[in-house]
Amino acid sequence: MPHDHHDHSHETDGLSPSGHPYQPDQDHKITRWQTMEIAMRELLIEKGIITAAEITATVEQMDRRSPADGAKVVARAWVDPAFKARLLENGTEAIRELGVEPGVLKLIAVENTSAVHNVVVCTLCSCYPRNLLGLPPDWYKQRAYRSRVVKTPRKVLSEFGLELPDSVQVRVHDSTADMRYLVVPQRPDGTDGMDETALADLVSRDAMIGVAVARHL
Amino acid sequence: METDKIHRWHDMGGQPAGEINREEHDFALWEKRVDALQVLTSTKGYFTVDGLRRVLEDMGEEAFETMTYYERWVQSVNQNLLEAGAYTIAELAERMEQVQSRGETYGECAGPGE
Repeated sequence: MPHDHHDHSHETDGLSPSGHPYQPDQDHKITRWQTMEIAMRELLIEKGIITAAEITATVEQMDRRSPADGAKVVARAWVDPAFKARLLENGTEAIRELGVEPGVLKLIAVENTSAVHNVVVCTLCSCYPRNLLGLPPDWYKQRAYRSRVVKTPRKVLSEFGLELPDSVQVRVHDSTADMRYLVVPQRPDGTDGMDETALADLVSRDAMIGVAVARHL
Repeated sequence: METDKIHRWHDMGGQPAGEINREEHDFALWEKRVDALQVLTSTKGYFTVDGLRRVLEDMGEEAFETMTYYERWVQSVNQNLLEAGAYTIAELAERMEQVQSRGETYGECAGPGE
């Protein structure tokens, strides 16, 4: 790198609006697996199994989904105790109220309190509440996180910059193929007068995975 | 990576592992399309998430360590679709050859798109 290197890669050129490098795609020599994707897609379309429009719509839906959907659910739970109760009782049904389609999977919402902190993993693969958070970050799918967070969660959380006092119990939830977890972070102090939209801005993806807490003012 | 004999390689909870690499990347179009193919064909009943995982797990640890997420997924979706009879391996091979003959890059080979 030339002299303009920054410690914070978000300031570097060539990053997407979300601050990540683009995966090489159109301008490198095509790989065997990219070739396979094109061939499969064309065959499926020709055989009438799927349509090109369905693929476009599915990719667009993927792009539309983001942690903002989950944050909306958390913010509602913060301001509406009855909704929070329904969310903790039956997450699948409760998120439908906010127009989030849970699909076939069971959603279990777990609430952080001053006594309990929850964190989510999928040790077996990469199960993730994508309907609420979009596609998972790379680290969620990698060996290091999957292996270690169940054994030394406090250490892993501290690597994410989250130091929890010993008085807080840490619960690690291991997802399965049939259900997903959403962490409902604690509402920060001093946010009493804020409306749902402003509250949702305090809720990051990482807070809903449980490797962070909601932003404080 | 050392694992005990009780767990298959993918059952990695609690196993020794290194530092978490927190770099992230945005997904490329071809990766999102692989994801979309999985969502659409499984929704239409060609296979289940268990079928997807079965192939991923049988691929083994080396594939996990050396290939990217969607490189593994495209193989698993393909294997499941072959088993479900969506298309034949001969049709796939012929089409892949044809795709590759269109150009050098994904953009050229994928054609103008939808």
